[in-house]
Amino acid sequence: MERVGVFICHCGSNIGAVVDCARVAEAVRNYPGVAYSTDYKYMCSEPGQEMIQNAIKEHNLNRVVVASCSPRMHEKTFRACVEKVGMNPYMFEMANIREHCSWVHAGKNEEATEKAIDLVKMAVSKVCKNEVLQKGHAPVTKRALVVGGGIAGIQCALDIANNGYQVDILERTPSIGGKMSQIDKTFPTIDCSACILTPKMVEASSHPNIKLITFAELEKVEGYVGNFDVTIRSKARSVDMSKCTGCGTCMTKCPGKADDEFNMKLRKRTAIYTPFPQAIPNKPVIDRESCLKFKSRKEGKDVCGICAKMCPAGAIDYEQEDELFVEKYGAIVMATGYEQFDHSVYGEYGYGKYPDVISGLHFERLVNASGPTQGHIVRPSDHKEPKTVVMVKCVGSRDPEHGKSYCSRTCCMYTAKQATMIRDHCPDTKVYVFYMDVRTPGKLYDEFYNRTREEYGVDYIRGRVSKIYQEGEQLIVKGEDTLLGQQVEIAADLVILANAMIPNPDSEKMAQTVGIGYDKDGWFTESHPKLGPVETHTAGVFLAGACQGPKDIPDSVAQAGAAAVKVCALLSKDQLETEPTVSVVDTKLCSGCGLCVPVCPYKAITLETIQERKGGKTVERQVANVNSSLCQGCGACTVTCRSGSANLKHFTNAQILAEVDALCQTMQ
Amino acid sequence: MDYAYYPGCSLESTGIEFHASTKAVAKELGINLIEIPDWNCCGASSAHARGHWISLALPARNMAIAEAAGLDVAIPCAACYARSKKVELEVTESEEAKEKIEEIIGRPYTGKSKARNLTEILHNDLGVDAIKAKVVKPLKGLKVLTYYGCLMSRPPEIACDDIEDPIMLDDIMTALGAEVLQWGFKTECCGGSLTACRPQVGLDMTKKIMDAAKKSGADCIVTACPMCHSNLDMRQDQLSKKYGAYNIPVYFVTEMMGVAMGMNPKDLCINRHFVEAESTLGKIGKTSEGGEA
Amino acid sequence: MSNNAVENFEPKILVFACNWCTYAGADLAGTSRLQYPPNVRVLRVPCSCRVNPQFVLRAFQRGIDGVLVAGCHPGDCHYTTGNYYTRRRFLLITRMMDYMGIDSRRFHTRWISGAEGPKFQQVVTEMINEVKAIGPNDKFRDDAKIEVKAVETNE
Repeated sequence: MERVGVFICHCGSNIGAVVDCARVAEAVRNYPGVAYSTDYKYMCSEPGQEMIQNAIKEHNLNRVVVASCSPRMHEKTFRACVEKVGMNPYMFEMANIREHCSWVHAGKNEEATEKAIDLVKMAVSKVCKNEVLQKGHAPVTKRALVVGGGIAGIQCALDIANNGYQVDILERTPSIGGKMSQIDKTFPTIDCSACILTPKMVEASSHPNIKLITFAELEKVEGYVGNFDVTIRSKARSVDMSKCTGCGTCMTKCPGKADDEFNMKLRKRTAIYTPFPQAIPNKPVIDRESCLKFKSRKEGKDVCGICAKMCPAGAIDYEQEDELFVEKYGAIVMATGYEQFDHSVYGEYGYGKYPDVISGLHFERLVNASGPTQGHIVRPSDHKEPKTVVMVKCVGSRDPEHGKSYCSRTCCMYTAKQATMIRDHCPDTKVYVFYMDVRTPGKLYDEFYNRTREEYGVDYIRGRVSKIYQEGEQLIVKGEDTLLGQQVEIAADLVILANAMIPNPDSEKMAQTVGIGYDKDGWFTESHPKLGPVETHTAGVFLAGACQGPKDIPDSVAQAGAAAVKVCALLSKDQLETEPTVSVVDTKLCSGCGLCVPVCPYKAITLETIQERKGGKTVERQVANVNSSLCQGCGACTVTCRSGSANLKHFTNAQILAEVDALCQTMQ
Repeated sequence: MDYAYYPGCSLESTGIEFHASTKAVAKELGINLIEIPDWNCCGASSAHARGHWISLALPARNMAIAEAAGLDVAIPCAACYARSKKVELEVTESEEAKEKIEEIIGRPYTGKSKARNLTEILHNDLGVDAIKAKVVKPLKGLKVLTYYGCLMSRPPEIACDDIEDPIMLDDIMTALGAEVLQWGFKTECCGGSLTACRPQVGLDMTKKIMDAAKKSGADCIVTACPMCHSNLDMRQDQLSKKYGAYNIPVYFVTEMMGVAMGMNPKDLCINRHFVEAESTLGKIGKTSEGGEA
Repeated sequence: MSNNAVENFEPKILVFACNWCTYAGADLAGTSRLQYPPNVRVLRVPCSCRVNPQFVLRAFQRGIDGVLVAGCHPGDCHYTTGNYYTRRRFLLITRMMDYMGIDSRRFHTRWISGAEGPKFQQVVTEMINEVKAIGPNDKFRDDAKIEVKAVETNE
């Protein structure tokens, strides 16, 4: 027997000045199910809440409706209030007669009161159908996975590890370090990138709570928050990690050659290699594409094998295969970083055609002391020092026509940084920068930019470059100076393009694997642009660094720390509380058609086989099953269901129809 | 391969070499060019300054005749192509424009019949491999610059190649065995339209291109636009008088194809250039040191 | 418009509002004190995709004058894809209503975000005015009096 208590709040004069609260309380007093009805000045106040609690006890109420403000405001308050006197919090409903009534119908007291009565009747009708619901519990695997071993991934793993939790870093390349390891100096302090990164890399590799899984990829993610089962593909290194001592002898005599990706193909590397001298783990891999042995095997021969002969530890293993293994994690952090925009779409810049048109990351390798030129800034074509350098910003950024619509955020600063470095290394070299706007929000960023112009004498030209072409040994850069309204032509020795940041080429596939969202450009989407910047829509999966959008190092590190805190908060729990307002399937009605399975955005529904007794025989049939830990309670499946067997708890068909009927009844 | 063929007025006059070589090469390659009966001037260079609708109606009439025959139109002249493509896009994109144009020309034109640049047909429909197969006299030892001009590459919606770095002529010339040099003036405007009204401005523009060509060390320039051709070919004399010797022959791509296919240069009208163009062909097959390649 | 529209007719309109966007948008209209006619009643659902078309038909059957289903903008769904289902389902339902003889102008699907208080105000005001002009819905009411004068045409 439903015994509903109805409490109408005046909210001072907020409601009371428009809605006749006493009349509302009176109007529903005899409404079916209502056992008690009253009004009060402030329901959410201490005495107001006591009034509700006392009424529950006195009148033996088993359901409560409060008509006041928005449930987004005080639903939690009143749920806690009724729970204190032993009522299930889901036996409570709210009618919003402030935001949806008194505040928007000022002066229309009669109509507003009628509306309030309707809204309360709807809430009463619904609450009569409410059921007792209990929060669920799920265990938590106290270990995190960080996907991506760049600065964001490393920092995030360190923060998690230092909080006492186990964490694995999954890195696709043979070494952790990421893009930051390729960068020479960092803005705005011009301190050495490697000097601040490598200690962190070492710390991560030697931390007792951190395990590095390098040269491996994410294959499959199953499970849910607190209980992810992650399948990892460990790519064949062709080197036995347990035997290899990292002495490097194997690399000295390798005859196989390939473009050195780490040095932006500015020089060659051997087929058995470590990406860079400070690589961690500092153990080589064989690049089977360029290894003579593996190439010859494709032709049915078997040559070379020098590295195996050279290796004193006998660690070379040509027969290694990719391995798949499954690990359990409680939380996942995506820190997969960014790639550089391929600016070969700009035919006018002649990238790829002219060796002296390079990208910003190329320049970082050129100016790096351990790079292919030992840190001397020279032209790739003839190894001469450039006397005139032109830098072009927004190559691919802010260009919806050919590139990306967004601003890549870091280019203004790294262009300024590179310009000052050129002026430092080659004081006689003239530097011109073509820009659309200079955007330098960040601590000491604008000061740095101003120094670049004023102290370093770098010439900033506001305008776009229309064409770059070779004339003799020089590159002629044609552009426009929009501030002077003139065409400019600069004979340059070296052109550096500041190309846009784009997500990893397979970020979309990766997002689908993990089950998180991505935007039109392929960046992973956060759960809320302002208030949930590190969370994703999938509980237990967090974001760190540039995989979410263009970011510089400090921002990536800050986000990594934030993601680590969220992970630790999750892992610190022994059990996770789950909302009970999830979908359920009535297996008696379910025909096992499976329509609900693809509709579910959380992969929470699976088909499973059940056994039934039918006509004296045991028969098997398929029915849908909802994993209540994965289900977020959107209700998409309930509408898709043909047989009406899927229902959403707390928003059941019966509850919603009761509200509809209650409203329509008032019309007759 | 059947195409309606629209030569346009240039190919009947200043671009007669283009006409002759196009017909000869097409025949050799098995491209059947059916000249549009009773074609009229496409209005390029003057009509669009006179009025919007006349500039569309003039090429539309030619296109409509081709459409009635169910053929796409092969257009060697870059200016005619640009105007004809423009009207094709206009009628496909706007029902209103289509109705108006049909009313003016008094016959239906739905845009089904496409305007096709001859170079695009050679490069995309026929393909460089088919061209290569017909080469009997590879243009070995010939250093060429490809020049596309503005009408083949602008505006972007009518361009049939990369607008900033077109490559069709490069591909064709490479297939013929020539060495294609890189330069930055492929799509630069030659100033052809300014020769009458602002001669000095036009001449300066031509000079820039010819200077770059001289610096590059190329033997010749190859183009596919009769406007650019006549301008670059004709103005060199003027340039020489003012600024010193300019003597770089400018060929149509079809002339080069004809030579590589073993045709007589005279049949291709190569003897009718302003800058003497026959002797340069003597370099074919020679190395830079003068020996046989 | 119908000549039979009842004078001083005040329609009742049911709004199915998703919890994350439109309900918040309606709340914002409230906190911003944006006034609109008191003819609408908001029913909260977790997502617009929770609204079974049957709920809408039931409301019309019981005599509601208009129904609005409103959720997050496409691409902004809290549950990633829910409102795409809403969009497809209710496109079909609108056609079916015409077929059934319910004026489909009584039913709308709209995207109103949590930041669009003014849009909520505008959408419901327009809808109330539209439904007012159409007149009361007594076609499918359980107690509909079948009278000749109730048969209306749009001509």
